[in-house]
This record gives sequence, structure tokens and C-alpha cells, in this order.
Amino acid sequence: MMRIRRAHVLIAAVAAALCVPAAGVSSSSGLPTKIGKGEGQLNLVAWEGYTQPQWVKPFERKTGCRVHAKYAGSSDEMVTLMRQGGGSQYDMVSASGDASLRLIYGHDVQPVNVKLIPDWKNFAPALKSPPHNTVDGVHYGVSLQWGPNTLLYNTKKVKPKPTSWSVLYSPKYKGKITVPDNPIQIADAALYLSKAQPSLGITDPYELNQKQFDAAVNLLRRQKPLIKKYWALASDEIDLFKNGDAVLGASWPYQTNTLQADKVPVADTIPREGATGWADTWMLSAHAKHPNCAYLWMRWVSTPKVQAQQAIYFGETPANVKACPIMDKLSPGSAAKYHCGASEAYFKSIKFWKTPVAACGNGRNDCMDYTKWQQAWTQLKG
Amino acid sequence: MQPGRPLRAARLYLTGVFWRHRWGKGLVLLAPPLLAFALVYLASLAALFVSSFWTVNPFTTEIEHHWTLDNFRTIFESSAYRTIALRTIGIAAAVTVTDAILAFPLGYFMARLARPRTRAFLFVAVLLPLWSSYLIRVYIWRLILDQNGVLNWTLRQLGLGPLHLAYSNWAVWIVFSYVWLPFMVLPVYGALERIPESLLEASRDLGARGFETFRRIVLPLALPGVVAGSIFTFSLTLGDYVTPMLAGGSSSQFIGNVVYSSVGISNNVPFAAAFATIPLAVMAVYLLIARKLGAFEAM
Repeated sequence: MMRIRRAHVLIAAVAAALCVPAAGVSSSSGLPTKIGKGEGQLNLVAWEGYTQPQWVKPFERKTGCRVHAKYAGSSDEMVTLMRQGGGSQYDMVSASGDASLRLIYGHDVQPVNVKLIPDWKNFAPALKSPPHNTVDGVHYGVSLQWGPNTLLYNTKKVKPKPTSWSVLYSPKYKGKITVPDNPIQIADAALYLSKAQPSLGITDPYELNQKQFDAAVNLLRRQKPLIKKYWALASDEIDLFKNGDAVLGASWPYQTNTLQADKVPVADTIPREGATGWADTWMLSAHAKHPNCAYLWMRWVSTPKVQAQQAIYFGETPANVKACPIMDKLSPGSAAKYHCGASEAYFKSIKFWKTPVAACGNGRNDCMDYTKWQQAWTQLKG
Repeated sequence: MQPGRPLRAARLYLTGVFWRHRWGKGLVLLAPPLLAFALVYLASLAALFVSSFWTVNPFTTEIEHHWTLDNFRTIFESSAYRTIALRTIGIAAAVTVTDAILAFPLGYFMARLARPRTRAFLFVAVLLPLWSSYLIRVYIWRLILDQNGVLNWTLRQLGLGPLHLAYSNWAVWIVFSYVWLPFMVLPVYGALERIPESLLEASRDLGARGFETFRRIVLPLALPGVVAGSIFTFSLTLGDYVTPMLAGGSSSQFIGNVVYSSVGISNNVPFAAAFATIPLAVMAVYLLIARKLGAFEAM
């Protein structure tokens, strides 16, 4: 009886193994070594504007991979989408740094062989193996685009020109300040404190122990009476500045461009403490059904022309430095405007978003994880 | 043999069964909606309640199926969550009172004073906003209340100082009162219309003056309508999270916003479920009181 059962199990196991679709990417030691023929389909989770027809259509013609994109509204929605239905519904996600580590540690994405992406070697050095998508030397995707979180101000109302994030914490502009409604905002306070209160010993605004975390949250608590609104959508902040409800705020270059195009007297700056920033990565689902199309897509979106097109469409900076001259050709002056091919020093001044985790390097395990950040943020807003 | 024969026989048989067992007909009629009610509505409520006793592993964000009261402890022990719950209930109550005060004279006019044409016009005026998107109406209020919005522009023309209503709990209160007003006007109108003219005449015949008739006849008879309307305004405000998000300021979080961010941001469904049981409990108490006041006859 026992033997029969075992035999049944064995047969079932073999049958199940045969049923698993033979993934076309030939792989040894887990990583594929060449890209096979496309599977005809590619399902993406993306930020709105990341799958525009101007670069998706030529890709479909070239590879025969039909692109189906689902737009996500937030990093957290992206993580949820990549996990639902066993994680095989979508092949890829354009994850920002505050989501990418969550996906890696949650085993929702798989390692990627960057040797199959020829343009990877043209990436800005800081974006080849950044800590938000490369863990222990293993790449979980290819960098795409990035941008800084800037200090936006009304040039008529805010004088002199602000040079420090301290303006967001001083009562001078009480009731006229707006900052993003996002737990990752605690990092902005920590970044400011790392310079304003060096005794706290903050070296990385995403790796905070209890004491450093409490100091940052306390700073934000004192900031709260100064805040007009915590903005959830970029359009909220644009409205606030347009209507005069806010004159100072934490922002993205996108808002500055939109407001300046509307002739609103605003400018943005990266204060002397530096800034936080976001960097997006195309990541490959651990259960992707169309890995060949996914690799073809990574290869395609890394090419200079597509990088430049997307950068100009969205108002961000390409990872591929060869895209800079093409950007200028498409829209004169845009490469300098978005710091395309920025120097190592500029990159150093930007602390890219990454998911706070308890284990924060040097064997320390006392950092506040993202759940704590989220709880603190909810309680802070009250 | 005619093809219709067996069908006809079956029909006759069924008629006989339903005639012999009267309850059978009711059962057949009610089975589909009851099944849907049990599965879609009660089962999801039960799932909500059960999951509120679970927790989430902070590292993998996977749900751990241990029974614990941790979520409820967090809610009751943290002053932030208490404040949010009280704010939600407080603004819902304020919106309900505001709408009742606005809807009563309007409903009275429509039911007892207006000519048919005026009444039809007022009906359309009350219902028309419901045809446009809820979001549009919230955004329009934002334009009205903005620092440089319509309201402050008007005040400036009149030589009055600007009001700082935009992005505050005042704005949330105003927008909610506006958005849910039709849900109060209709039941109030219905209750007032159903008061027989003869009762008012009798009251006058017995020597009651206008105000006394209103206080002792109209108000008690219309109260169930007001309570019925308040169920809508109160519960709709209690469950909303869009208006606080769009029109609110730096401290305008509602229960719904915490639920939204608990699910969307930290993927903490158990905590969201625990917090969502608060409006459920509040509404249960509210409905019990409403039933005492006869609101269900007025719906």
C-alpha cells in the first residue's frame, strides 16, 4: 500500500514537472545565458507614462511581444500587484527604490543577467549596481530612470532663495508648506538631521535606529502645525502652488516644469544638505511567464533613444549616459536641465529611496523597518 | 404525443406543490437574493471580523493566522487612532445635523407649500448634483475654498478679509454637508408629505397656533424621516475617505484613510479590518436607536 502511494506521488511529481512550461531562457546556475525567442506577450506593472506608444509600438513590431501594461498609483500598489494571484500575473514591474527591496526580500522577483543587456555598461556608474536593486552582487533588474526630490518654492513669496531644508521646519512660512503624504518622507527629516544634528550619527537616512528614528519623527511632529497639506498626488501640489495655498514644499522636477509652463513663479533647488531621490528599476517577476520578452524589453528600454524619449516625456533622468546627446536633440537644453550624465559628486548628494529594513548593514539589526515607518507616519498625521 | 405534454405536466405538478406548501413559493423567490446576501454580504463581513484577530509578519508582510487582540490593543492604546475615530464620528455627526437643519425647511416647502411646477423644479435641483461625478463635486469645492478661490475673491470684493477654509476640517465638513444633502432632503420630504392635512386642521380646530401645531404635530410625525435621512448622511460620512484626502488639511485623517493606507501601503489587512469594525459597531448602535425612533417606517 505504502509503495503504491509513493509511486503515485512520484508519477504526479513527474507529471507536474512536465507540465511546467519549459522556460525558453536557457539557464545554468539559475541565470540565463542567452535570450530565446519571444513568447509573444509581456505583462507589465508600470508607472503611468512608462509605456508610451512611441517606444512600445516599435518594440512590438521588432520582437512580436505584445505589451499589456497595468498602471500602478503607488509603490505599495506595485508590490501588492506583483504578489497577487501567486505572482505570475505580471512579468515585470518598474519598481522605485522604496519598493524594490521589499520585492527582493519577499522573493517576488528573480535575479537578472545584466550581461544580456548590452547598454548596461553605458549606465551611470552609480546606477549599475545600486543598493536598491543589487543585493550581495546579485542584480535584480536594470536601472531605468531617476530624479531628485527637490525643494520647490514660490520665487515671489519666498525670499531670499532657500539654501537649506531648514525652511520647511521653521515657522516663518507657517501654513504655507506642503510635503508628500508618504512614510518615506521620514528620510527627508533624517537627512536634514544628519547635517543639523551630527551628534545623532545618522549616516544613511533609511537606516535609522530607535533614537535617530524618534528624532526624525519628533522633527516632523514639530513641523506638522506648519503644514497646509500632505499631498498625495503631484496634481495636488500643483494646485496648492497655483492657488497660493502653499509657497514652499518638497517636490519632484515634474511639478516645477508643469508650474513653470503655467507661468507660476516657482523654482526648485537642491539644498546644501543634499536631497533624497528616486530611481526606478525594471524588475523580473520570480514567476514570469514570458521571460524572453522580458529580457528583450529590458534590452530595448535601456537603449539610448528610448531612454531619452522616456526621460523627456516624464521629466526625469535616464540611467544610460549615451541618452544625453539624444535628449538635447529632442528637446534642446533638456540634458542639462535634468542633470543627464551627472557627476559622481552629484549622485553622492542624492540619497536614493530604498525600503527601510531591520537589518541595516554592519551586522546591526536594530533599524526601524518599513512597518514602523508607516505606523509612525499614520500616527504623526493623526 | 405532443412535445409540450411533459412540460405541461411538470408545471401542473409544481403548481400543486406550491399550492400545498405555501412557503415553497416564498422560498423559491427569496433563494437567489438570500444566497447572494449570505455569500457576498454576510460572509465578507464575517471574513472581515475574523481577519481582524490576525496579524501580519512585518518582514514578509504575510498574514499570520494566530488569534490575538493586538490590533484592537493598538487602536485603543494609541491616542492617534482614538483621535482619528473621534474625528470621524464627530464630523459625521456635524454633517448630519447640518444637513437636517438645511433639509427640513426645504422639504417642508416642497411638500406643503410649493406648486407642482416649483416642486418639480426643486426636485430636479436637489437630484441634479447626483448625476455628476462625486470627484468633480469635491474638486469644485476645492476651487471655491482655495486661498485665491471664488469665496475669497467674493469676500475681497466686499472688502472682507480672506477666510482660510481650504484644506482643513472645515472644508471637509462643508463638502460632506453638500455632497450628502440630497440623501437627507428626500426622506424628510417623504415624511412631511405623508402628514394628512386633516391632522393639521384638527390641531387648528382645537386651538393650537402655528408654532404649537409645528412642534406637537409636524415635528413628531416628520422625525422618523429626519432619522432615516441621518442614517444615510451619518453612515456615508463615516465610511468615506476620498473627501478627507482631497479637501482635508494636515490633520484630516478619517477611519477610511487609515484603512486605505493600512491595506495599500503596509499590506496590513488584519489591522485595517480591526479598525473597520469601529464604524460597524457605531452604525449598529445608531441603527438600534433609529429603529426606536421609527426611522424604518419612514424609509
